[in-house]
Amino acid sequence: MSLTDPTARAAARDSILSRLRDTLGADSAAVARRREAVDARLGKVVAPTAPPLADDTAGMLARFRSEAEQMASTVVEVDGWGEVPAAVAAYLAEKGLGTRGVIAPELAALPWSTAGLAVEPREARDADLLGITGCFCAIAETGTLMLLSAPGSPATVSLLPETHVALVPASRLVPTMEAAFARMGEQAPGGQPPRAVNFISGPSRTGDIEQTLVLGAHGPYRVHLVLIRGA
Amino acid sequence: MEVRSIEFKQRASERAIDGSLQGKLKTAKGLFVGGRARAVARFDAEGGDFEALRDVGRGIRDEVLDNLDVWLETFERNATARGATVLWARDGAEISRLVVEIAQRHGVKKAIKSKSMLSEEAGLNEALEAVGVASIETDLGEYIIQLAKEPPSHIIAPAIHKNKEEVADLFEQHHHKPRKTEIAEMTREAREVLRSHFVSADMGITGGNFLVAETGSVALVTNEGNGRMVTTMPKVHVAVVGVEKVIPTLNDLAALLRLLPRSATGQTISNYVSLLTGVKSEADRDGAEHLYYILVDNGRVGLVGSEFQEMLRCIRCGACMNHCPVYQTIGGHAYGWVYPGPMGSVLTPLYTGLDKAPDLPHAATLCNQCGVVCPVKIPLPELLRKLREKQVQTGVGTATAKAERRALKLWGFAARNPRLYAFGARIATRYLKWLAGGKDRIQVLTMVPEWTKGRDFPAPEGKTFRELYAQRAARRR
Repeated sequence: MSLTDPTARAAARDSILSRLRDTLGADSAAVARRREAVDARLGKVVAPTAPPLADDTAGMLARFRSEAEQMASTVVEVDGWGEVPAAVAAYLAEKGLGTRGVIAPELAALPWSTAGLAVEPREARDADLLGITGCFCAIAETGTLMLLSAPGSPATVSLLPETHVALVPASRLVPTMEAAFARMGEQAPGGQPPRAVNFISGPSRTGDIEQTLVLGAHGPYRVHLVLIRGA
Repeated sequence: MEVRSIEFKQRASERAIDGSLQGKLKTAKGLFVGGRARAVARFDAEGGDFEALRDVGRGIRDEVLDNLDVWLETFERNATARGATVLWARDGAEISRLVVEIAQRHGVKKAIKSKSMLSEEAGLNEALEAVGVASIETDLGEYIIQLAKEPPSHIIAPAIHKNKEEVADLFEQHHHKPRKTEIAEMTREAREVLRSHFVSADMGITGGNFLVAETGSVALVTNEGNGRMVTTMPKVHVAVVGVEKVIPTLNDLAALLRLLPRSATGQTISNYVSLLTGVKSEADRDGAEHLYYILVDNGRVGLVGSEFQEMLRCIRCGACMNHCPVYQTIGGHAYGWVYPGPMGSVLTPLYTGLDKAPDLPHAATLCNQCGVVCPVKIPLPELLRKLREKQVQTGVGTATAKAERRALKLWGFAARNPRLYAFGARIATRYLKWLAGGKDRIQVLTMVPEWTKGRDFPAPEGKTFRELYAQRAARRR
């Protein structure tokens, strides 16, 4: 087996697949049957497994908020986009987290400087302390943000800074992860997942020393969610 | 990793009397067992059906295993279409060779790793270090045991056997900073040290919780965020994943993610789930530029279609060991390889050979706690029993098993000769009564002193069942 030797590469692959075929049925009819079974399975709608959850906006918002708080996120609600920069500035001031940060470029157009914030639209670097992102979906069942990587929403902004502020328009709420995937199929480029789909549920955490919970392992110490009711 | 399961009895005996180890295991057990129970109860209280969910999980995994060759081809096709390179490895040596070659191709000096049990099977860190590539574990628990040069002792809490003083010693020795005593401070110090590696590494190595065939993606589940770091910061990402980890669709991922964190830590969901597909586009501002999958056999293919196929459903949650009275007494290191607890007692003999781990199929009380909590309903006690049968059939027994067989043969002979049996039983009952010396328990059985080392043997009253029966029959007449 070698990376640069195509014959050796093919040999490892063929050995694994042919041993599987020897067990599962190697004749062409058996293989064809398995291919059909796989194709049929890919097209099959699987029965839902989530508990029965509200799928109206108010119900999803309430569930999302309480689940997110259980995962140690903080949440504030505002009525529209116009209130967002001030709400973010108020949170940062209250926690003493400064006024500088990095923002997902897709959100750069909001009037941040009017609220006294200096945010740069780019990917995050090690030294950045604040990252502001939007979200592709917000999953009510588990209080989870779903972020799709793109030039306008680099993956590092929600990862490297110590504080992650996420803007969550109510129209982005979905009841379950299945519903989020369905929306991705409709709205993401090509209907396919981008390089990185990140599901985020609260600040990073570890319990690896004496099973004692510590927030802020490698990712953010705090996640603050701004729920935008009218957007 | 070297298989040291042959030393099981020795290692287990030492640890069974290690009160400090049991204290640590007890704390973790309380959290994991209680956490799981609460999470399951809550799921059901909200109108979910966790039992039905376990059946769905089992069904998804079985459907894949029944058509595994085609699912792997489907995954390969979709991953390749998105710009990933799919490689195959038959064993641990091939994994190491491929990763070393990838490192050399991209001029890698430093690799960072997210937790991968499969890379422990292969001894990947050692292979990389042998060619001058630093390989740094970034899961906090894995990082701690890498500093201590020890193997993991639990599949999701690898440093469960270390207390904070031991961790403080290790950090003081390796970080060259003033000793910290608070767990939060120690975690912060490790974060800072590891952050410097995250921003300077050239290659990220991960395992994979699931491979999604429909999209050619790998799903990673972490709480710390290191899985995200490892797949975002370096220019090269290598995912080393067992061939059995394929699942059909994104919706199957959603279903399995309802099972995995609840069964593992009692969380409704882990903090981070990352789904990685293909490589960075030209317009993207961050992310890996090269993505390699290494799909690994290392003993798995041989289980497909065998009486042990059900073991391949495993999604590595650790619930079986959290609920196992044997694991809770001896900890993970006693098992002598990568996987401890009930799942390890099945996997180690199957992957490395029964002759290398003859005691592991017996390292269970068959109480079925593991079977009851397994999220994909693997009948672990049944598989352990099958391994014992196989041991007897192939004659690869332990000394104890052989002695047991001799004793059973002797008993069988006596049982076929009623007079001899009655005579033998009379002698044995009276001898045992004498041995008990008037008490109702025997503390040391002289013929098998090992057996009574940790328990007493109940003493008989002095008469056999047949004698009592005959007496009673005579009285009635």
